[in-house]
Amino acid sequence: MAMEVTQVLLNAQSIDGAVRKNAEDSLKQFQEQNLPVFLVSLSGELANEEKPVETRKLAGLVLKNALVAKEQHRKFELVQRWLSLDGNAKSQIKACLLKTLTSPVLDARSTASQVIAKVAGIELPHKQWPELIGSLLSNVHQLPAQAKQATLETLGYLCEEVSPDVIDQDQVNKILTAVVQGMSSSEGNTDVRLAATRALYNALGFAQANFSNDMERDYIMRVVCEATLSPEVRIRQAAFECLVSISSTYYEKLAPYIQDIFNITAKAVREDEEPVALQAIEFWSSICDEEIDILEEYGGDFTGDSDIPCFYFIKQALPALVPMLLETLLKQEEDQDQDEGAWNIAMAGGTCLGLVARTVGDDIVPLVVPFIEENISKQDWRQREAATYAFGSILEGPSPEKLIPLVNVALTFMLSALTKDPNSHVKDTTAWTLGRIFEFLHGSVVDSPIISQANCQQIITVLLQSMKDTPNVAEKACGALYFLAQGYEEMGPSSPLTPFFQEIVQSLLTVTHREDAGESRLRTAAYETLNEVVRCSTDETAPLVLQLVPVIMMELHNTLEGQKLSSDEREKQSELQGLLCGCLQVIIQKLGASEPTKYVFMQYADQIMGLFLRVFACRSATVHEEAMLAIGALAYVTGADFAKYMPEFYRYLEMGLQNFEEYQVCAVTVGVVGDISRALEEKIVPYCDGIMTQLLKNLSSNQLHRSVKPPIFSCFGDIALAVGEYFEKYLMWAMSALQSAAELSTHIAGDDELVEYTNSLRNGILEAYSGIFQGFKNSPKTQLLIPYAPHILQFLDGIYMEKDMDDVVMKTAIGVLGDLADTLGSDAGSMIQQSVSSKDFLNECLSSEDLMIKESAEWAKLAISRAISV
Amino acid sequence: MAPHDIRRPFKRAAISDQQKRRELSLLRQAQNRRDAQQQARCLASSILSLQSAAPESQPEQSDTEIETVPESEQESEAFSKDLDVRQASKLRGPEVRKWFARQLMLPEWMIDVPDRLAQDWYVFARPAGKRCFVVSSNGTTVSRQRNGSILHHFPSALPAGAKIRDGSGSAQSYCILDCIFHELDQTYYVIDMVCWNGYSLYDCTAEFRFYWLNSKLEESGACNAPSHYHKFRFSAVPVYNCDSSGLYSAYTGVGPYAKDGLLFYNKHALYQTGNTPLALVWKDENCSQYVIDTDGKGEIPSQQQVVLELQDDRKLVTSDDPPVLFGCLDGDIIEKSGLHTGNLLRFAIGDGGLSFADGKLEKADLIYLGKSNRARAFADSYSKVLFQFMVRHSPLKIDDLLASINSANDQEKTPSDIEMVG
Repeated sequence: MAMEVTQVLLNAQSIDGAVRKNAEDSLKQFQEQNLPVFLVSLSGELANEEKPVETRKLAGLVLKNALVAKEQHRKFELVQRWLSLDGNAKSQIKACLLKTLTSPVLDARSTASQVIAKVAGIELPHKQWPELIGSLLSNVHQLPAQAKQATLETLGYLCEEVSPDVIDQDQVNKILTAVVQGMSSSEGNTDVRLAATRALYNALGFAQANFSNDMERDYIMRVVCEATLSPEVRIRQAAFECLVSISSTYYEKLAPYIQDIFNITAKAVREDEEPVALQAIEFWSSICDEEIDILEEYGGDFTGDSDIPCFYFIKQALPALVPMLLETLLKQEEDQDQDEGAWNIAMAGGTCLGLVARTVGDDIVPLVVPFIEENISKQDWRQREAATYAFGSILEGPSPEKLIPLVNVALTFMLSALTKDPNSHVKDTTAWTLGRIFEFLHGSVVDSPIISQANCQQIITVLLQSMKDTPNVAEKACGALYFLAQGYEEMGPSSPLTPFFQEIVQSLLTVTHREDAGESRLRTAAYETLNEVVRCSTDETAPLVLQLVPVIMMELHNTLEGQKLSSDEREKQSELQGLLCGCLQVIIQKLGASEPTKYVFMQYADQIMGLFLRVFACRSATVHEEAMLAIGALAYVTGADFAKYMPEFYRYLEMGLQNFEEYQVCAVTVGVVGDISRALEEKIVPYCDGIMTQLLKNLSSNQLHRSVKPPIFSCFGDIALAVGEYFEKYLMWAMSALQSAAELSTHIAGDDELVEYTNSLRNGILEAYSGIFQGFKNSPKTQLLIPYAPHILQFLDGIYMEKDMDDVVMKTAIGVLGDLADTLGSDAGSMIQQSVSSKDFLNECLSSEDLMIKESAEWAKLAISRAISV
Repeated sequence: MAPHDIRRPFKRAAISDQQKRRELSLLRQAQNRRDAQQQARCLASSILSLQSAAPESQPEQSDTEIETVPESEQESEAFSKDLDVRQASKLRGPEVRKWFARQLMLPEWMIDVPDRLAQDWYVFARPAGKRCFVVSSNGTTVSRQRNGSILHHFPSALPAGAKIRDGSGSAQSYCILDCIFHELDQTYYVIDMVCWNGYSLYDCTAEFRFYWLNSKLEESGACNAPSHYHKFRFSAVPVYNCDSSGLYSAYTGVGPYAKDGLLFYNKHALYQTGNTPLALVWKDENCSQYVIDTDGKGEIPSQQQVVLELQDDRKLVTSDDPPVLFGCLDGDIIEKSGLHTGNLLRFAIGDGGLSFADGKLEKADLIYLGKSNRARAFADSYSKVLFQFMVRHSPLKIDDLLASINSANDQEKTPSDIEMVG
């Protein structure tokens, strides 16, 4: 019952576009007419040794695409479709796939491996295809090398595809045995050994039990370490990849091996080819990541019962590790700073050095200082750059007390190097290092300031001068200025930057107009720095910030003038508009924060809004996220006056809410709906029907990224609070959406990420309840809310008993209890008294150390006591 | 299986500015949401939540004087302790006063006569006494003065104002009235109604609020003579349309209370908290004992005195929104007197007086006197300073008001200008 697909598949790869199109249409048609036959035919094509290799490969690919898709909802559909497919067809397909693993044609085998893994990814979690692993492993020892290679590769893909809990330990043991044996030095075939090593990388996550068994762990580690010495470079690289993965997955089991691993990695870093050396360095970076996490979590104070103790591997290896990394710094490539995709041993070594500094703190300083002193003034630019990079790398981690004396000595040298060094690479790193100095050692966190009135002028002069240098150097100079400004944030009414404000702004604007500002993200850096300078400005410079408004408006206006743009130009235009809208957003937020400047700023509001609308209008289907964010800030500043913009703005608001693909845009728009609700209050009523309909639609869609759903619930609260009892229209719908989300979010089972998401969902739901109850307060329609009260109290009981809510949820939740009592009065009183845990919950919140929780709780207590006493 | 990418960010900040902008926006939105919620929650409950402190307040003197009686340290502590609304820990004495001050609608002083006085405005004689918020809820009634201190804590016949009233009343049943307590006949004169029986009138026009006030207050029995469950009598004040006969009645009419000037309310204005030009106060010697400000001893100082707020850039401003700049304070004085941003300072207006250009204040001859009384919640408003200045130099007279009403009448009779179209 199979159909002939060879010719169509050949045509689908034709160079003739019309033929190709025709073939693609036919494939689509086959698929729609009879899916089982179509898929069986594809698997037959893949398995057929007489067919050309291209069509076999393509058949496998089309088959794979019928099983998986990137988008979450489409993926789910395909899984359901496969599961409900005729059993006979599925058996035939699987048989063909397994048969293909023994094919002499590498591409056919490899394609089959991938498809098998995808089928397994669907079926194993449903307890289907239980015989798969057994049949793969049954005769792995007797197989010819080619088939053995394909089998190991299949196991690797399979482990990548399915989660460890769907394969029982017995099968895991078998897989690991086969894989580790395939990796061992006794395996004569290089392809088999490589496939096994790569398979182990994916299988490591399944090996929890085996890594807890000393003998098995010793064996696996020995084989991995041996593989790092293989004569085949790809095997050495894959073996180091395994070590990197082990370093994070099994950090706590590494102590017995760490000395050997250091020797192996040091040799590889110094002598091996770059791809291998990079992995060897990555091993130590990864150990740093682990130890930084552990030390951050426990503050270095171990009580013996913490999950994973810190073994201080980095601290112990320090005397040998640091010299090894410093050596790598001298292996720079020419022009690596102009190449955005560059990644070489010097970059990896420097990055690792920075992580080591964060891990061990002060201890690194005496090991690096001699290297800096020796090299910083040498003739060879590589030495000067390496010394500077080493200095820049250790600025985060060690204490200010340790670093500030060094910085005080180095600062003048650095400023001079930034203007005078003949090498661009050195200047780039010098500017970056200055940025790190300002980021970590300047500002209110440091007791003895490194910047005085005396050198402030010089620093600014040098940085502004460097902004005229090559794009990569200028970009780093902007970055340094960013952190310089940041350090003066909240310094009080007077900032040392005030005398230079005008000059700084002018220089940054000049940078944005450079012909080459598109390189090294220079233009972006200049606007970002301008934003930070504005954010950190004080009242003294408010008039200058006000003057900036028409300047940026004019820039934005200019972007709207171009006609008939190519798609490339359009993208650039959109990017520039994003930067300008971002800048306006920052300015609006800054000026809006104080009454006198807000008042003056308001004269521009109409024109700015007009520009934002034009930015929207230059695109057909999407909404500009930055413009949307800026409009949110504007709505906050204009308050109820924003109503006059609504007739024109509304359609873009709706468009933003409908943008499921760019979910960030959707999320931002939801936030803006909140801003507008608060600004317009009851004047938002005419737009509520449209907004609420769209929000409810979004909630029920499985295409929308889940992170947007909690803010949508919060937004219900914003709207309800704004329109009060007018919300009655939507009450039933909103409550039903809230209720079903509440049921889902009571129990959490999953990883940290899911716990975090569930808490944000709970917070959104609770904020909605708060807004609705407060919105209805004092209206004659509070009775409408009574039927929902029992469920809300049950929800509060539920999350209280789960004991896993975070502080934010706790604060919002206790507030809702108060809102319920406040609005429903005596009607709520008895319900609250009867509820399982309200009293305990309230008491717990009242004795909380978190001020916000305590305040909410005291308010709730007052509201409840009034409700009960009536 | 291809090798895995291990590229790490190089010479890059960990967070992008765009992400920072997003996060700051979210932060601002969350803050605004909290503020909106808090405002809703505070509406009635905060006023009540203070009642347990119930410190017996010192009598406040009338609005027209510069200084009020000092408030004891203890009292402000008692406030902050019992103000268990969200801001509990943050609010100190002056903040509490400011908070309450902001809950009342504060009339501006009439420095020129508004248009369409006869058509769009009410006029009534302002009773002399203590301006306060009266809140009835949960079986009790509390009156609270502009500075936040409690005047009386008593049972009343207002809805939810005493325990004996129908026990079925729900928690949301409460009233907020804007009153003046008149010492002589121990009566609360209700000059505005903010909430009645749980129904908010904030968003209703003055026209509606006065109609409602007149019909509901009488109905409730609050105007009856005092009894065990109704400790003080309430009374509405007679309100007139501001035509010539209305103005005449308000100005010359004899009522049960001592007058302290005239209040003008725009009929279409909602109850707006804080200073508003849609309610105006005016007075002269015939209708008020306190036309010119007196000092703490009740005497008229030789020079006009004003209270201004010190801002962090040494500017001296009024309490208006946006504030009006009156001048800058010498850095030496700030240093010597240990002044801080936000301090309220007392000044005399010297012989140089106030000078104006294009209708705007250009210069003020200020003489620094010292810090103002601690009980002051905020600086003088621009209109108050100007009104006082005019009173001393060229007062706005009742004849001017009447003339304005009459000339408006005349204008209506004359045909309007014809627009030339060529």
